Amino acid sequence: MDKKEWPLWEVFIRSRSGLHHKHAGSLHAVDATMAIENARDVYTRRNEGVSIWVVESTHIMASDPEQGDMFEAAKSKIYRHPTFYDIPDEIGHM
Amino acid sequence: MSPEILSLEERFQSRIDAEIKIEPKDWMPEKYRKTLIRQISQHAHSEIVGMLPEGNWITRAPSLRRKSVLLAKVQDEAGHGLYLYSAAETLGISRDELVEQLLTGKAKYSSIFNYPTTSWADMGAIGWLVDGAAIMNQVMLTRTSYGPYARAMVRICKEESFHQRQGYEIMMTLAKGTPEQKAMAQDSLNRWWWPSLMMFGPNDAASTHSAQSMKWKIKRKSNDELRQAFVDSAMPQVEYLGLTVPDPDLKWNEERGHYDFGAIDWDEFWSVVKGNGPCNRQRMRTKQKAHKEGAWVREAAMAHAEKRRQRAVEQDEKVA
Amino acid sequence: MTKQEALFIYTLQLADNCLILGQRLSELCGHGPELETDIGISNIALDLIGQCRSLYQYAAEIEGKGQTEDQLAMLREGSAYRNVLLVEYPNEDFAYTMVRQFFFDVHHYLVLDQLKKSTDERLAAIAAKSIKEVTYHLRYSSEWMIRLGDGTTESHERMQNAVDELWLYTDELCTMNEADQLMIEAGVAPNQAEIKPLYYAKIEEILEKATLAKPSHSWQQYGGKEGRHTEYLSHLLTDLQYMQRTYPNMEW
Repeated sequence: MDKKEWPLWEVFIRSRSGLHHKHAGSLHAVDATMAIENARDVYTRRNEGVSIWVVESTHIMASDPEQGDMFEAAKSKIYRHPTFYDIPDEIGHM
Repeated sequence: MSPEILSLEERFQSRIDAEIKIEPKDWMPEKYRKTLIRQISQHAHSEIVGMLPEGNWITRAPSLRRKSVLLAKVQDEAGHGLYLYSAAETLGISRDELVEQLLTGKAKYSSIFNYPTTSWADMGAIGWLVDGAAIMNQVMLTRTSYGPYARAMVRICKEESFHQRQGYEIMMTLAKGTPEQKAMAQDSLNRWWWPSLMMFGPNDAASTHSAQSMKWKIKRKSNDELRQAFVDSAMPQVEYLGLTVPDPDLKWNEERGHYDFGAIDWDEFWSVVKGNGPCNRQRMRTKQKAHKEGAWVREAAMAHAEKRRQRAVEQDEKVA
Repeated sequence: MTKQEALFIYTLQLADNCLILGQRLSELCGHGPELETDIGISNIALDLIGQCRSLYQYAAEIEGKGQTEDQLAMLREGSAYRNVLLVEYPNEDFAYTMVRQFFFDVHHYLVLDQLKKSTDERLAAIAAKSIKEVTYHLRYSSEWMIRLGDGTTESHERMQNAVDELWLYTDELCTMNEADQLMIEAGVAPNQAEIKPLYYAKIEEILEKATLAKPSHSWQQYGGKEGRHTEYLSHLLTDLQYMQRTYPNMEW
């Protein structure tokens, strides 16, 4: 086995201008320069993108799935959604 | 097993039953994790070793168009191996460890790639039959219960759609070509037919991992179901080419609404799985050689990145 | 030599370089140091094969004898290939592969940058499309030159060896034969005399960044453009031409 493995990077691709960057997958690279080069070769072979973001996987912090109640509070606030309010059809689109 | 684990397992199973995908940080039974690592890495290794039999013909492709297509296809397989290794890495194993398992023979890969590619027609037969069989399996896996695996499969299936078509196109060109070309196509079909059927693995009754994998919805169709679906879809394609399959028992069964086919030579299957196929040793040696010869490159690239980081730090310190 | 003949030869020179280097790179798919490099190098090979197809198609039209791109690519004898010697050099190791690529990419880029202003519209169009790909090739090979030159002791040594060995095939890229001269006069081809200083300046810039020494020897090998090749080429052609030679006059 190698002494030191190339670190893992997460790749985000903007498929066309105006859209968000979206997670495309991961790859290995020694630094950001190589990560972008590799992302271009690996994840845009079929013209899938116009812009690439890369971030080393270890730098991503994730919420804990065991703490499902983290999202509970938002579930009850249905008044944040437009469908909560009854507006007569005659008014038209609002 | 402690009651807490039991209830975790029950909760886990109820999520699976409710078709909720499992994600990397979710709790999962250790055996689920191990099964997935084994299956995803086998799948990844198959893509990687699978590059070799087809790579064998890139430099000898008969036209520039075919050369581009074949190179693009083999390159896609490298990409697919990469996506799958990444999916396995979300389960807490590194690519280095996975590659190590492949190179030491600890991990398996699809036995089909231990058969030799001896003629150009094999590029047709592999694309058509081997990729065709793989796609049956992969389409099922786009709905597998583990999120990263399912997402990798969606991407792979999308990209693979040209692989089978280019293979069949090669076969069509040969089948309507000169007698020499048609014979080349028939010979290739004869050699790849049975190994393709073996790709789906042992019969359901003999398959050790199947039941649990089905319960966890890692697998969603049995080996025999997939194999039957493959034969049913391949036969009209064989007939269209005007070729025949090397199976005297193969015939349409009106009652079942499926093709019947002859018994698979499981001795051959197990013998190849155990390392005694025509190319097992050759494939392993090739991958070991590439890995060994690439070690200085991987190491130097890391060393250079480290130097750059160091210089950036020194620069910052100077400025400060 | 008529202008038409010169244009044919000039186009073949461009096409043969792309074909032979593309063929060399395609040998590597599945055998590279890391999956990511296999994918990257295959992309370069695919670009080059794509470029040579456009060029052969054009060459076949100029020649007007009804030959196809495949006949031009795969059915000439060795001495009829007009690629420079550099591109036929084998993939000794990853260092040779990258140095060969870099020495070629720098020149390829400079040529295409001029060729896109060519009075020949077809060549100008092919160049305009190709340069987008080659810009990336050059960035890729330059990065690897620097990484491996300034990596470990072993990688530095291997890179320096490859630079010293392949150096003797660099000047041929900048030579001008009769066809080149005619094409320069016609405003079709860029003047290699103008490209040469830019070529070596760029090489020196990257060698320095890569902590690699410019070779002290000045002797150079020539002949590829006139069909006098290394021993390596006919082996490469054995593979390249295998199907077309074994099964003549068939559709694939």
